[in-house]
Amino acid sequence: MNKAYDYKIVAKDVNLFYGDAQALKNLNISIDENKVTALIGPSGCGKSSFLKCLNRMNDLVEIAKIEGTFTLDGINIYNDFDVVELRKKVGMVFQSPNPFPMSIYDNIAYGPRIHGIKNKKALDEIVEKSLINSALWEEVKDRLKKNALGLSGGQQQRLCIARVLAVEPEVVLMDEPTSALDPISTLKIEDLMYELAKKYTIIIVTHNMQQAVRISDKTAFFLLGEIVEYDNTDTIFDMPKDKRTEDYITGRFG
Amino acid sequence: MRTQTKISDFIIKIFIWLFTLIAVGALILIVGFVLIKGLPYISWNFIVSPDTGILPMIVTTLIIIPLTLIIAAPIGICSAIYLVEYARPGKIVNLIRFATESLAGIPSIIYGLFGYVFFCLTLGFNYSILSGSLTLSIMVLPTIIRTTEEAIKTVPNSYREGSLALGATKLTTIFKIILPSSISGILTAIILSIGRIVGETAAVIFTLGTVTDMPKNLMSSGRTLATHMYNLAREGTNENAAFATAAVLIIVVALINLSARSVAGQFQKKLHSKK
Repeated sequence: MNKAYDYKIVAKDVNLFYGDAQALKNLNISIDENKVTALIGPSGCGKSSFLKCLNRMNDLVEIAKIEGTFTLDGINIYNDFDVVELRKKVGMVFQSPNPFPMSIYDNIAYGPRIHGIKNKKALDEIVEKSLINSALWEEVKDRLKKNALGLSGGQQQRLCIARVLAVEPEVVLMDEPTSALDPISTLKIEDLMYELAKKYTIIIVTHNMQQAVRISDKTAFFLLGEIVEYDNTDTIFDMPKDKRTEDYITGRFG
Repeated sequence: MRTQTKISDFIIKIFIWLFTLIAVGALILIVGFVLIKGLPYISWNFIVSPDTGILPMIVTTLIIIPLTLIIAAPIGICSAIYLVEYARPGKIVNLIRFATESLAGIPSIIYGLFGYVFFCLTLGFNYSILSGSLTLSIMVLPTIIRTTEEAIKTVPNSYREGSLALGATKLTTIFKIILPSSISGILTAIILSIGRIVGETAAVIFTLGTVTDMPKNLMSSGRTLATHMYNLAREGTNENAAFATAAVLIIVVALINLSARSVAGQFQKKLHSKK
């Protein structure tokens, strides 16, 4: 728990460009710790781009240019943070499950191993703990050595969550984590997020407004690269302050 | 209308089968012909006899293959990694690709002459296994680079993203995820190279030499099985020995390929369900 700073992540006056196209405009937002924050909005409005700034995955995009500041616990993500350390603290779950072509055990042990943990007993414990925390342990505990690609879609995504948890992050970013999954897997993962928020700060991009209502504490509505409204989820969905928000929520567009 | 489609389907199928038969048949014909004419003349004596035995040639061939690969494989694989993972599209990359493609098209006799002048004379290595390997490694480099590149390209980007998002560096991602995933492609590259190395005569004659002695060290001159076959065939006096040597050559290559594939299979199994 950080008492020195009020918010876990702060974005200030952010402008993001992909070449000449501007993806984020004058963005300002402060994310609460240990809460689930949902980012909603029509396709292509900058939600995923914003997410990718938070763990510097945009560094991989040649033409991406960022202005403004992002801070984690008050420390500038781009200037004062080692990118490897940052990605340990800020994990990401992608839209399509992307387990590595190796065993379930090795998938989860991958993170800890590259960060220096070699002791087998320590790794065993980490693997078990991560799988328990991602609600997958019971289903795979007898086949940890089997190839991860043999799991179902929902299981693979929970494996990816376990993989992220194994490096003990503080923030977990989720980019439409259930959009490629069936309803039952989706519900399992949503239940999971409620549990995870107790320990981690969760930021989730979702196209599914019902999902945002179900699981998030705060919601930010993105439109054309700007945050139109950011408030408690109840407020956003029951008494939106901006007409654009209301139009989106009631389905008039998007 | 429908009848015509059915007929043309049928005709195309016939042609496909026919051409497949020709391709497979050609392989069986060549291998079978050589084995039939050569196997009867392979004897223990044929191999180990002090003056005319082909043991020195087998040994030379078996030394030059791994030596060439030890030189060419790391360079080739690293070049491929650079081209796919690091290089930005531009003039330099195009130049490298152009050079690689051109290297692939140069006739082996030119490699032989180059190797002779550069390795044997200028660098002073003379006719030696070293000169031969160095020359051959330049020859197989394009194949290794190209095939490895293709293998690396097929690794999905989602793996790279997943790895980096966990805090891995690019290098770690390459060595722990991308290369292991490309292993079968890399092995294909190596097997293709082995085929090329074993079959070479022009490049080898001018750099390794033609002495029939058992090689003592890297600087020894020697003769490969392929060169020996060329000699025997050219002399024209001992056709049986030529075919016998050819048969041995085919068997050696087959054994190498089979063991390479089985090593790859073991590695794949280990990769997918370890410990």
